[in-house]
Amino acid sequence: MIPATTSARLKKRRTRHLRERVIEGVLFLAASISVFTTVAIVYILVKESVVFFQQVPLKDFLFDTQWTPLFDDAHFGIVVLLSGTVVSSVVALCVAIPLGTIIAIYLSEFAPFALRELAKPFLELLGGVPTIIYGYFALIFVTPLLQKIYPDLPGFNLLSAGLVMGIMIIPYVSSLSEDAMRAVPMSLREGSYAMGATRLQTALKVVMPAATSGIASAYILGISRAVGETMILAVAAGMQPNLTWNPLEPAATVTTYIVQVALGDLPHGSIGYQTIFVAGLSLMLMTLMLNIVGHILRKKYREAY
Amino acid sequence: METTANAEQLVAKAQAQNLSFYYSDYQALKSINMTVHEKKVTALIGPSGCGKSTLLRCFNRMHDLYPGNRYEGGIRLHPDNTDLLSPDVDPIEVRMRISMVFQKPNPFPKSIYENVAYGLRVRGVNKRVILDEKVEEALRDAALWDEVKERLDDLASNLSGGQQQRLCIARALATEPEMILFDEPTSALDPIATANIEELISELKEKVTILIVTHNMQQAARVSDFTAYMYLGELVEFGATDQIFIKPQKKETEDYITGRFG
Ligand SMILES: Nc1ncnc2c1ncn2[C@@H]1O[C@H](COP(=O)(O)OP(=O)(O)OP(=O)(O)O)[C@@H](O)[C@H]1O
Ligand SMILES: [Mg+2]
Repeated sequence: MIPATTSARLKKRRTRHLRERVIEGVLFLAASISVFTTVAIVYILVKESVVFFQQVPLKDFLFDTQWTPLFDDAHFGIVVLLSGTVVSSVVALCVAIPLGTIIAIYLSEFAPFALRELAKPFLELLGGVPTIIYGYFALIFVTPLLQKIYPDLPGFNLLSAGLVMGIMIIPYVSSLSEDAMRAVPMSLREGSYAMGATRLQTALKVVMPAATSGIASAYILGISRAVGETMILAVAAGMQPNLTWNPLEPAATVTTYIVQVALGDLPHGSIGYQTIFVAGLSLMLMTLMLNIVGHILRKKYREAY
Repeated sequence: METTANAEQLVAKAQAQNLSFYYSDYQALKSINMTVHEKKVTALIGPSGCGKSTLLRCFNRMHDLYPGNRYEGGIRLHPDNTDLLSPDVDPIEVRMRISMVFQKPNPFPKSIYENVAYGLRVRGVNKRVILDEKVEEALRDAALWDEVKERLDDLASNLSGGQQQRLCIARALATEPEMILFDEPTSALDPIATANIEELISELKEKVTILIVTHNMQQAARVSDFTAYMYLGELVEFGATDQIFIKPQKKETEDYITGRFG
């Protein structure tokens, strides 16, 4: 005969086990929602893009130099939109990467403790400002300022939008880079100082190389932000497709094109409607590629110290 | 062991004079007076927390790196006969002349070659021929050359712990310092690597003055000419190693050395 106490214990364990299982299930469900959403987005983008490519040859999509999907004489050269994205991103990164890196070096290696604690929330605030506000700041403040230097600058241009976008991205670059540099063990810095190095030499020759993987991630995140940014460009860069590598011109980007067309009322199934999805897919592929590069860099430099 | 240490001509390299040190309000060193002799090995021994590392790190002004640290008294550096703790003395200049090897090997995330060349580059030496020559010399002096000469461009982190520590010694040697500070350089190493480093230290004293912190009394007895016993921030006894180990003057020293305490 089994004693009553034993069976009572057994019963308790069973409920605990059940509870574990339920919690596990809930967690799994939560995790699968995000995976499912990603898969669904990719599925829709690919499915609609397939429809698009049944009508437009891939060759035209890649090599045509015009993007006029809504005209009677329709052209679908994605490079037109990509040029806007690339130029505005390059301008933004020319601001964000040097400034973000310098700020990170300063805060991590030079700033006194109190200043560092003060500066961090301010920088994070900079990243929290809604991008529409940056957009208007570019259009109403920065563009007129630039026009004082260069009077022929059009009211909408990639330069002004890119510069402001760069400012927006600074905190993403600086915050992650600073974390990476601060994670470098003190013993490495001491080793450098003990050799008679200055603070700057220590920061540039020892701390930064040791933090390469984290700094690379920060840069990749910055690039992703620039490529995906929409509002600032929609407001300040104009939205007409324009194949240009000149930041002084207005141009549409992949993102602003999507906004523009998505807001219009195109009939479902029309080729114009389909372009939203190929544009979206292109954007997705770009960010995916960046993520992969970031992953490789992190892997490569992970155990630097 | 040199029993003649006292009889030889001794030249002072550095002299701590009434040296006290404070971590903010905590006094970690209490009026230390001690002489480090040129081209001799001086060992600092004593129980954990007695201030050995703190004293060692005064000699290259390492404490300047952190806010709130304060020195009192001085350390006279010879032949200049200058107080290296004085506010007019640039700690970087001090560190250019007094190198340091740490408890845990801390090679930089660079190649073996660049690790050794680091101190030279910091001093503005960038000529490849000079660097090549000095790097080789330092690696030879650190007894590492034969093991790494084929792979100078490999990352230093690929070396074993003992090799990394010898690399750090080579790094410290490359700039031809007058004095090297060792903070328990073998505590992270196995017995063979430890023996290598000890042998190396004995050879190095031909060239440089050495101040070494060690937990290991046999090590102190093996490698040093002079020994300082510290306790609770004070220098209890200082003398020739033989004398300290064979007939210590103070009861505390004897208790520590014979293992009755610590
Ligand atoms: N950064 C610091 N801030 C405050 N107190 C410190 C600091 N570093 C060390 N101390 C204190 O100073 C005293 C001496 O420390 P020190 O590191 O010099 O000891 P040690 O003799 O080297 O010990 P060990 O053999 O364990 O390395 C200890 O009481 C320690 O707690
Ligand atoms: Mg110590």
